[in-house]
Amino acid sequence: MILRLSEDLTERIRAHATQSYPYECCGALLGAEDDQGREVRDLVALENQRQDSPRNRFLVRPEDVIRVDKVARERGLDLLGWYHSHPDAPARPSEFDREHAWPWYSYVILSVEASQPRRMASWRLLDDRSRFEAEEIMAQTGPLG
Amino acid sequence: MAVTVMIPTPLRPFAGRQSSVAVEGRTVGEALEALSTRYAELRRHLYADGGRLRSFVNVYVNQEDIRNLQKDQTPLRDGDTIMIVPSIAGGKNSKESFSW
Repeated sequence: MILRLSEDLTERIRAHATQSYPYECCGALLGAEDDQGREVRDLVALENQRQDSPRNRFLVRPEDVIRVDKVARERGLDLLGWYHSHPDAPARPSEFDREHAWPWYSYVILSVEASQPRRMASWRLLDDRSRFEAEEIMAQTGPLG
Repeated sequence: MAVTVMIPTPLRPFAGRQSSVAVEGRTVGEALEALSTRYAELRRHLYADGGRLRSFVNVYVNQEDIRNLQKDQTPLRDGDTIMIVPSIAGGKNSKESFSW
């Protein structure tokens, strides 16, 4: 599985995560699927609703999911998934991530160490919910189409 | 009661790739059970062990959150629309932190 993500969008995720540190940031991935995988064409940065525990938890409320999905459809895009950051922790899903994940979505996780963005990885939950499978992020340069 | 269940994108692969499914049920609980019986692969994504809806599965009847109504006992009428909407949640493993 391949997730194509431009340098520009990668930098936007890194900037959001850096600005949010030491708290977790979150946002939506908008784009399209084709026979070569998925292509992220835009992001929607969101406010983490876990004000009680933002250092290790994030939440996107259903009303925000509805709103972002509407934005995507109005632009002729699909809501492909979500990104969030792990402050001072690896860019791999936790058990909490797994318990709360939805299938089909791409989950991009960015590790931020001492306020510096580090590794970024993407993951998709297996249909049986047992674990995530890594999704290769392919950097894409330049405008699309 | 004949109702329509709107299927969110991440669950459509498990519901015959449909964006909506017609089911019968007198309550929300019955309708979702009918849906999960017809499309068995949906069940593990909708329900936790013990049979309760997962906390991040939000259900609306005619755009009203069932948590504000009678939850899974919310009665249905012919023509009602049930919408399943994700919450998106996660977070790092607090025990796995870089030491620096």
